[in-house]
Amino acid sequence: MGAAFTGLTGLAAGLIVTMLVVILADVVLGGAGHLSWQFLTQAPSDGMMGGGIFPAIYGTVVMTLLMTVAVMPVGVITAIYLHEYAAPGSRMAAWVRVAINNLAGVPSIVFGLFGLGFFIHFLGGSLDRLAGNEELYWAQPGLLWASLTLAVLTLPVVIVATEEALRAVPADHRTASLALGATKSQTLARVVLPGAVPGILTGAVLAISRGAGEVAPILFTGAAYFLPDLPDSLASQFMHMGYHTYVLATQSPDVEATRPLLYATVLVLLVLTFALNLVAVVIRTRTRRRAAGGH
Amino acid sequence: MSPTLPDSPPKMQAQGLTIRYGQKEAIKQITLNIPQHQVTAMIGPSGCGKSTFLRSLNRMNELIPGVGRSGEVLLDGHSIYDRRVDVVDLRRRVGMVFQKSNPFPKSIFENVAFGLRVGGMKDKGEVAARVERSLQGSALWDEVKDRLEDSALALSGGQQQRLCIARALAIEPEVLLMDEPASALDPIATAKIEELIHQLKARYTIAIVTHNMQQAARVSDNTAFFYMGELVEFGRTEQIFTNPRERRTEDYVTGKFG
Repeated sequence: MGAAFTGLTGLAAGLIVTMLVVILADVVLGGAGHLSWQFLTQAPSDGMMGGGIFPAIYGTVVMTLLMTVAVMPVGVITAIYLHEYAAPGSRMAAWVRVAINNLAGVPSIVFGLFGLGFFIHFLGGSLDRLAGNEELYWAQPGLLWASLTLAVLTLPVVIVATEEALRAVPADHRTASLALGATKSQTLARVVLPGAVPGILTGAVLAISRGAGEVAPILFTGAAYFLPDLPDSLASQFMHMGYHTYVLATQSPDVEATRPLLYATVLVLLVLTFALNLVAVVIRTRTRRRAAGGH
Repeated sequence: MSPTLPDSPPKMQAQGLTIRYGQKEAIKQITLNIPQHQVTAMIGPSGCGKSTFLRSLNRMNELIPGVGRSGEVLLDGHSIYDRRVDVVDLRRRVGMVFQKSNPFPKSIFENVAFGLRVGGMKDKGEVAARVERSLQGSALWDEVKDRLEDSALALSGGQQQRLCIARALAIEPEVLLMDEPASALDPIATAKIEELIHQLKARYTIAIVTHNMQQAARVSDNTAFFYMGELVEFGRTEQIFTNPRERRTEDYVTGKFG
């Protein structure tokens, strides 16, 4: 019986490793050959059959940066409210938590529709009316709206990670600070937040690696099929690696010809995502080591 | 039982002080004077209320949700629970050192300077002078003067505890509360802390909670014996240990229970 369990659990674990290895091997073998400096720095050409993916890399990076700038303050401040200021058993805090949990469970295509309805039609439309624009300027898909949509999507990740980081700051440090005549806000600014920074950064990186790879939320809110130029304003549409992968895989007139491009694009996307996850792991490990070093 | 001691004016006074956690009374009707420039020890078995009493002297007990109080605590004759009292000011006058040394994950210098910085001291020279004086006051200066920028977490347990004492001294409190400051230390580090307490009482009024009766006998001038939330006996330390008036005090200090 024991041996059977060992075998079964080992098999399950082995299956997962095998799947990961197969996926990685397939992508690397198919894509590595096509990777080149030109591929990383040029725009697509010949009707997507040649050239590189630079606009998609650029669009993905800029969108992710904007998303981070939008999501971090809101997420961190919300977590500070929940963990530091909300009274225990506060009804408001309970509602916020319910909202966060539900937000985390919403399918990402719904975020895309939400972004289209709220950011583009409502906010963008209002902006255009206020500015008196004859043509649609804000009320169309663009970099800003896609970034904000992803910010909403990744908000729960940031809030949960920040709250976890705040919780991990030893109670001893808060008590010591208060006993030295620090006010609650001084304690927060000088003791609690500095102690929570690595955990908050981990949350940021997790949000980034989640947000950078999502395609559904940006389908209606900003990603473009093909653009010869890089986006030059917050209202511009942009190319995106995830969406570009979808386009190459499904919209090409000659699937065989685009296959190496497709593989190489996926490889770049994977490397980028893994690199971000690695950063998160390194930060977390260093935090733990520092916390453990104290005693 | 006579709670007043004639030879020194009281720095702090508890008057009919009762602290409740929810329905449970942690300390009941405590009346006790803490004389100026002396060391007053609180002893008693675990859960007797001695730490609760100590924490009520700088209102640290208020950090626990659901805590209730009746009765008074006076500092220089004025209530510390008065609505007009700013708790931040109170804690700068009545400092505290905890059982477990709890330095911040900052440099040695920044740990000591913390209370000065939150108190608004900006002048760099003034901060540095005060840090040095505090570290000398806690007998740590010679050991750390060449590595003030090193992490406080690199210090040994005994050094960390003396750093916490220096940190408390830096804001120049009038009263120093110590909650079992040596319970996690080895005998040599403990001896250093006890020696330090002897030196500090010339300038500060000290109230110390301890589990260790030999320690109370060694460092304190007055001893209060707490049992089940009540103050059983309070007197000069030599009287409490050699000639207790109460049977329960005698049983405890002679080691019959505890």
